[in-house]
Amino acid sequence: MTSYLTDRPLDPTALVAAVVASGCGATSLFLGTVRSAPEDGDIDGIEYSAYPEMADAEFGRIMTEARERWPMARIALQHRTGYIAVGEASIAIAVAAPHRAEAYDCSRFLIEETKKRVPIWKKERLASGAAEWVEPMHV
Amino acid sequence: MRVRFFASYAEAFGREEMSLELRAGASVADCVAALQADPAALRLPPSPLVAVNQRYARPETPLAEGDEVALIPPVAGG
Repeated sequence: MTSYLTDRPLDPTALVAAVVASGCGATSLFLGTVRSAPEDGDIDGIEYSAYPEMADAEFGRIMTEARERWPMARIALQHRTGYIAVGEASIAIAVAAPHRAEAYDCSRFLIEETKKRVPIWKKERLASGAAEWVEPMHV
Repeated sequence: MRVRFFASYAEAFGREEMSLELRAGASVADCVAALQADPAALRLPPSPLVAVNQRYARPETPLAEGDEVALIPPVAGG
């Protein structure tokens, strides 16, 4: 099984092509992109790192849960690691489903679960040259 | 057993892994307590998230010879 992680730029077109199908009337593409975060002092980019074996295991579990809840959905997901500049995508999630409700709901589920569970971390590279770990306050 | 560190925890401990000897029947909580003897652990929260063999574990999760334990800082993927 190939990894859900890559250190190369993501290819959202390929992910969409992988899920599009004649039985699906809705195809959704979500991109998480690095933003400049002026409230943090303007970042140039973010260094993403992962616990790769567990990130893949956790993505696998999330995918299994998504397939149980939305059995008609076709899903492709990739997360990028390494340095990602502002404007570039860190995660791409493509979901195709017969109807848009499932496509939107499944896509939302995938990004929310990713953010809660997958062992991936971010270190912001500030324009000033400093670097800081991002520690989000999850409930 | 092998304990792995990542991100801010790897920086705190100055390394990405260490070996730990624990008594038979030790739990995740015992492992965390043993790590908290290290001065670097002052920068850890009192109850860090721990994974055993790539799955989130609880303090009472038992550990076995050859298990891979990892301390998981607050995640920020997506």
